[in-house]
Amino acid sequence: MSTITDPRLASKVPAGAIGDKWSTYREDMKLVNPNNKRKFKIIVVGTGLAGASAAATLAELGYQVDAFTFHDSPRRAHSIAAQGGINAAKNYHGDGDSVYRLFYDTIKGGDFRAREGNVHRLAEVSVEIIDQMVAQGVPFAREYGGLLDNRSFGGSQVSRTFYARGQTGQQLLLGAYQQLARQIGLGGVTLYNRTELVDTVNIDGRCAGIVVRDLLTGELQSHAAHAVVLATGGYGNVFFLSTNAMQCNVTAAWRAHRKGAMFANPCYTQIHPTCIPQSDPTQSKLTLMSESLRNDGRVWVPLNVADARPAAQIPESERDYILERLYPSFGNLAPRDIASRAAKRAVDSGHGVGPLQNGVNLDFAAAIGRLGKDVVQERYGNLFEMYERISGENPYETPMRIYPASHYTMGGLWVDYELQTTVPGLYAAGEANFSDHGANRLGASALMQGLADGYFVLPYTIGNELAPMLNKPTPGVDHPAFKQAEQDARDRYNQYLGIKGTRSPDWFHRELGRIIWDYCGMERTEQGLEKALSELPSLYEEFQKDLRVTGDGVSVNQTLEKAGRVDDFFQLGMLMCRDALERRESCGGHFRSEYQDDEGEAKRDDENFAHVAAWEWNGDPMSSIRNIEPLEFETVHLATRSYK
Amino acid sequence: MAQAINSRRGPVTATAQRAKKRKPFLLDLYSTAVGKKYVMAITGIVLIGFVITHMIGNLKMYLGREDFNHYAEFLRALLVPILPRTVFLWLFRGMLLTAGILHVHAAYGLTVMNRNARSVKYQSPRDYQVASFASRTMRWTGIIVLLFLFWHLADLTWGTVNALGTSAADGKFVRGDAYGNVVRSFERPPVAVLYIVANIALGTHLFHGVWSLFQSLGWSNPRFNKWRRSLATGIATVVVVGNVSFPIAVLAGVVGQ
Amino acid sequence: MIEPHETPHGTQLTNLTLTVWRQKGPNDGGAFESYRIDSISDEASFLEMLDVLNEKLIGEGREAVTFDHDCREGICGTCSLMIDGQAHGPQRGTATCQLHMRKFESNATIVIEPWRATAFPIIKDLMVDRSAFDRIIESGGYITAPTGGAPDANLIPVAKPAADAAMDAAQCIGCGACVAACPNGAANLFTAAKVAHLNLLPQGQAERYSRAEAMVETMDEYFGSCTNHGECEAACPKEISIDVIALMNKDYRKAKFANRKELARS
Repeated sequence: MSTITDPRLASKVPAGAIGDKWSTYREDMKLVNPNNKRKFKIIVVGTGLAGASAAATLAELGYQVDAFTFHDSPRRAHSIAAQGGINAAKNYHGDGDSVYRLFYDTIKGGDFRAREGNVHRLAEVSVEIIDQMVAQGVPFAREYGGLLDNRSFGGSQVSRTFYARGQTGQQLLLGAYQQLARQIGLGGVTLYNRTELVDTVNIDGRCAGIVVRDLLTGELQSHAAHAVVLATGGYGNVFFLSTNAMQCNVTAAWRAHRKGAMFANPCYTQIHPTCIPQSDPTQSKLTLMSESLRNDGRVWVPLNVADARPAAQIPESERDYILERLYPSFGNLAPRDIASRAAKRAVDSGHGVGPLQNGVNLDFAAAIGRLGKDVVQERYGNLFEMYERISGENPYETPMRIYPASHYTMGGLWVDYELQTTVPGLYAAGEANFSDHGANRLGASALMQGLADGYFVLPYTIGNELAPMLNKPTPGVDHPAFKQAEQDARDRYNQYLGIKGTRSPDWFHRELGRIIWDYCGMERTEQGLEKALSELPSLYEEFQKDLRVTGDGVSVNQTLEKAGRVDDFFQLGMLMCRDALERRESCGGHFRSEYQDDEGEAKRDDENFAHVAAWEWNGDPMSSIRNIEPLEFETVHLATRSYK
Repeated sequence: MAQAINSRRGPVTATAQRAKKRKPFLLDLYSTAVGKKYVMAITGIVLIGFVITHMIGNLKMYLGREDFNHYAEFLRALLVPILPRTVFLWLFRGMLLTAGILHVHAAYGLTVMNRNARSVKYQSPRDYQVASFASRTMRWTGIIVLLFLFWHLADLTWGTVNALGTSAADGKFVRGDAYGNVVRSFERPPVAVLYIVANIALGTHLFHGVWSLFQSLGWSNPRFNKWRRSLATGIATVVVVGNVSFPIAVLAGVVGQ
Repeated sequence: MIEPHETPHGTQLTNLTLTVWRQKGPNDGGAFESYRIDSISDEASFLEMLDVLNEKLIGEGREAVTFDHDCREGICGTCSLMIDGQAHGPQRGTATCQLHMRKFESNATIVIEPWRATAFPIIKDLMVDRSAFDRIIESGGYITAPTGGAPDANLIPVAKPAADAAMDAAQCIGCGACVAACPNGAANLFTAAKVAHLNLLPQGQAERYSRAEAMVETMDEYFGSCTNHGECEAACPKEISIDVIALMNKDYRKAKFANRKELARS
């Protein structure tokens, strides 16, 4: 499969020792004079952690920033739902943490499928992120002496996770949102809310702007800029049931992909081990319970198949503490992909618990016995309440039931060291890009990456790109390419309205999600993926023929919005399955049953697959072209991930 | 039911850049709702202080005509000889009047503001969780108390309605004989009922007002917060019981000419 | 999650009548319309029940009911709805998206109305525009801390009780239930929660008074006034205490009287 390196996929990682690359870059980069910055317009799409922080920082520097969100307010982005925390190599607890260790843990956690240079930079700036967020007023948890508290998180042997109760994502997003709001107030940022990106526009090989749709009026509008940043999140909702918010979608990234931005590693999706299992067929989404619960909860299933007794009546001797048994050194804190697969196997083999036998127990009885109910309540009270609201069960008395669910997507738009996609002038930040987590993301690293990209990377790298463009004319929105893109989008939405079939977009989404989950979920096989690739095109064809969208295109129409998003999910889903099929190895979140060792652990193939697969659009997701960027490991040695 | 969509919809920028022209600082404070509530709380304290003192002073009624009238004269002669007779009383009345006017003016301004803040009402019944009868009827109890105040002044200060509905033989309003005037007035059962109703309205108003002023002034501290409600209940109860006792006492014959 | 189970678990609620506010657009009259839900699992969330309604409406060729929603985990603050006269429905400390049908009974009639406040104009059906909240934050709901140059995070210790109190206030999800529930359409709880979050922290002291002043004055442009009913606290899905309103009032008063040149002395 491997071919020669594509020059379009040059990583642009600076030469030099791993610890010097980022400072070398910053010392060498071109600068834009403060007075000239206002001559540049930058579009930021998405106002989550990455988008809000990028928009605010770019505006602080003096650029003219236009920010777009499909929400009513920038504060709604799904970054807000992250519970557990944010990693930073502060070593405040003197337990041996360092930038290098965070870098190494991230590379290793990602199963050696991430780019060293990017990851080291991420670890370096993690330290600044905490300083920045504290200065902005994020109320992180404190020790009694007033210093910052930390905890350890799944897959980590040091305490480097900063947290704000179970709402770290919310507090960080509000911090970034407040900085964005300040810039809106000051006039540095112009905010377009309830406005969705429907296309990107390239002119002369550069991204010249975007076309957006006003969700309140259906009106299409073009916006031109010197640079466009997509901070539009991940595509986990391709599974239909995921922990993502209902409106999370791949449209922005996918439309950019169709305009030439390569899409990297779409098969790298993360399944989070601790979600509440599905309870009924109308269920619209799954809810994550913070991974921090695994610090004190013990995962077990009954030894007997289909044991329907209540948990309390199953004696210790008839319980299988699966993670403690399989991974003695990490126990219940084994990394996400490993914990998830262990749960799946337990359920698949008939040991599942709950009315649908679709979960495993996460038991706090031992913790309550050891620490007392008060301490457990202090640590997890709000999570327990949330669990009870959703499931109707009291976790102080009966174990929680958990099961893995799609949670995060490591794949995304391919970007180089500067976070620029293969389309010059088009950037991707946060979960929308593919860069830093490799094949599996460590807990509490998503918030870190979003903020790193937005606060500390893009503001530098965009300047480097823009400096030579000073006073050079750029195309405006009256350029025919913009008109064409507007027309294409208009046709597309009119087409959805015009099919007048029988099935709603949600129905198709559910069906799509079922196929993707079954064949491209936690465990993948060649046969299954081929089956998916045979079923998806026909379902997609049915979508194009039998879709029913009621309402009109000139007022709010959530059904119509959904139709556009499901359309893009279909195309992405096919690419995902193709990527999973072509990656003939197991690594991180991508587990191919054919590639496992005798103990059922993932078997990487470093010789043939130590590379990024960057897919190039050529009109049909079933025939997209697979390009590769080889991954070079100058600093770390490729090793088998072992959490035994 | 139509609500014009916010004209600010669409791209927003420079929302915090409007230069604000500031009034002199007390007027500036008074120009916002929080400032008005602050004024309501301060004037409320003045008025509550008056209501309590008034009630306590009136308890002299139980000591008989002489003590009561002596107390009335004492008020007129307060701060004599620093000030001539009744001057302090007039200053005091001036202060109460100002407080009353400010209290009502602020309440009016806030009511208008609140009406505008929900120009289209809920079309289905609301299910209030904690808003009490007292809190939701503040403006009505306030109006009742205000109207009553005019009657009360006409009855016992100006005397114009003091003997209304009584036969000529029962006598006339006698300036200086506060005791006699009170008893004469309360001997009319409808008037007694009016006093009782008005005082219950006043008590209801105080029950929410006293608690509320702590919030408005920002007097909040976990150490004493739980006492705020008790204090409000206490003050409201004491004022109502004290004041209502007078007409009842007169009707029951405990206090008489 | 594994295989979609066709046999639902949980108890079925039957014969529900939904009385839903339908309004075509901002300038349309609007009226209640009634719909029937024959059967729904009590494990379903309230919004999933509306999803079922919408699927049914689309099936009948009618337009789906527009309502705001997103995370469905009770944290993004996008969902709203006045359910049987209560903001976010009958369960305390719970946003609409976390409300489950087990809180209702068969044969019930459930009235669903959009939030009503002049500052929250109705966009369509149950969807309202809450941008006025953003205007309040833009006017001062932040700490000025441009990127770069922040001191080490442990340089300013924050006493745990203060950090906890700030966090209590900072939990606000900006859903607008406080405004919806307030008989006066006031936004004091929202504004005060943000003021309290930042004004309780040492980092927020430099702008403490200008923040309180600016936010209170912006709030005034859109919303009604607080008369201390306490309905906001009862409706708040994060159960934020009205103590924060007292704190805001205190800081606003101080903002008007204090000599800001002496801020560093306090």
